[in-house]
Amino acid sequence: MGLELYLDLLSQPCRAVYLFAKKTGIPFQLHTVNLFKGQHLTEEFSQVNSLQKVPVLKDGDFFLSESSAILIYLSCRCQVGDHWYPPDLQSHARIHEYLGWHADNIRGTFGVTLWARIIAPLMGLQIPEEEVERNKTGMSQALQQLEDKFLRDKAFLMGQEMTLADLMSLEELMQPVIFGYDVFEGRPRLAAWRERVEAFLGAELWQETHAPALNFLDQWTKNTLLMLRPESYPSFLLRIARIP
Amino acid sequence: MGLELYLDLLSQPCRAIYIFAKKNGIPFQLRTVELLKGQHLSDAFAQVNPLKKVPALKDGDFTLSESVAILLYLFHKYKVPDYWYPQDLQARARVDEYLAWQHTALRRNCLRALWHKVMLPVVMGEQISSELLAATLAELDVTLQVLEDKFLQDKAFLVGPQISLADLVAITELMHPVGAGCQVFEGRPKLAAWYRRVEAAVGEDLFREAHEVILKVKDTPPADPTVKQKLMPGVLAMIR
Ligand SMILES: N[C@@H](CCC(=O)N[C@@H](CS)C(=O)NCC(=O)O)C(=O)O
Ligand SMILES: N[C@@H](CCC(=O)N[C@@H](CS)C(=O)NCC(=O)O)C(=O)O
Repeated sequence: MGLELYLDLLSQPCRAVYLFAKKTGIPFQLHTVNLFKGQHLTEEFSQVNSLQKVPVLKDGDFFLSESSAILIYLSCRCQVGDHWYPPDLQSHARIHEYLGWHADNIRGTFGVTLWARIIAPLMGLQIPEEEVERNKTGMSQALQQLEDKFLRDKAFLMGQEMTLADLMSLEELMQPVIFGYDVFEGRPRLAAWRERVEAFLGAELWQETHAPALNFLDQWTKNTLLMLRPESYPSFLLRIARIP
Repeated sequence: MGLELYLDLLSQPCRAIYIFAKKNGIPFQLRTVELLKGQHLSDAFAQVNPLKKVPALKDGDFTLSESVAILLYLFHKYKVPDYWYPQDLQARARVDEYLAWQHTALRRNCLRALWHKVMLPVVMGEQISSELLAATLAELDVTLQVLEDKFLQDKAFLVGPQISLADLVAITELMHPVGAGCQVFEGRPKLAAWYRRVEAAVGEDLFREAHEVILKVKDTPPADPTVKQKLMPGVLAMIR
């Protein structure tokens, strides 16, 4: 039985997992779970992940959620280069240091642009300007720490080579960029890092991974976006209420 | 210079590290950083962790922040039993899954429960509306259910028959609302039985020692106004 991945490429952690599997040449079967059609809320998907979230990995009868856990599992299970998840004591600890910081400071913060600009208005809601501003301040503080504490003068977040951390991080930062707020503006060091990661991954894979999000934006701009499913409203409202 | 751990046992990830190091006989120098006195905001501590948070580790000239990273560093560096972070790929992935999940779920809710119920009103002298407190406790309740249904299920420990880092990180979180006076185990016999197993696996004395501060948190005297002013921005960012 081969590996299967349940993803929606509109989601940042899903894109990180997708990029990793594709770049390292791990064969997998893709199951698209369209969040805006409420496909994560079905009975069928609850069997895959009772928490009703993507990404999820299936390996035989083993199901695993949480993007960082999936990336680590794939790094160990498949023959990928050591550089993705370095085994030596200090580098290993550094990656986990990044992942812990990421959970507190990056995750949850960089997704807000999409909710404030597109999804909330589609639901007839308006996110108060004050919250949008607070979110921009939060992003800006996080970007400063990312630059000063993690990237510094290195090519990638952990050193001279790409790791899982770069994928997790960059895909979160791409979310506001895609939906109209360029977080790299005025940050040449981070912008240069983004270019290095993009170059490493290759233009084709990069475009393929971001096409669904760009397509979603395009449909929204042209006013042809499918209506959100009412079933999705409760979970969307919860997400909106969580905007700090 | 040997291993130094910068901790405040008021903090839940610090308690997890303290218990892990003690339980496994890892020798370390304890450097207490008193959060309520603002010691984490000092220049001296910024040398250890520029992000000004505990826990932090110093081992020679290697410094490290973030509790999960510190636990894994200690696990890999010292000879400790495998069950804490099992070799078996799928069991290990389950520990990783739990550790990733808890950041935005159990940790967030336990922290907010303590601050909304005790720390803000009692220590900081800030009124919390009953609606906010009720919402916080309701969210905690939902998360406890997930902990029981998705992670614990009918197993002895979160990942299998033996204790792992996941259990340690989870229990030290739960002791936050317990310290605040929430009945987290009431009506949850499975979670209550798990709690007793974790306490026994760690050893009752060590468990009690690590939780002395949090179990007396309601008696904390009000913070000095100047210290309070220094602490509030960090507090608000942390519990948002
Ligand atoms: N910490 C998780 C986050 C998973 C998550 O929040 N996924 C979102 C999409 S980015 C989701 O499935 N949301 C659906 C919902 O919450 O209803 C990870 O890194 O995998
Ligand atoms: N994700 C970090 C959290 C660290 C953290 O937030 N520590 C708190 C105490 S529990 C702290 O130092 N707060 C001080 C502040 O933010 O000003 C970890 O697991 O180590």
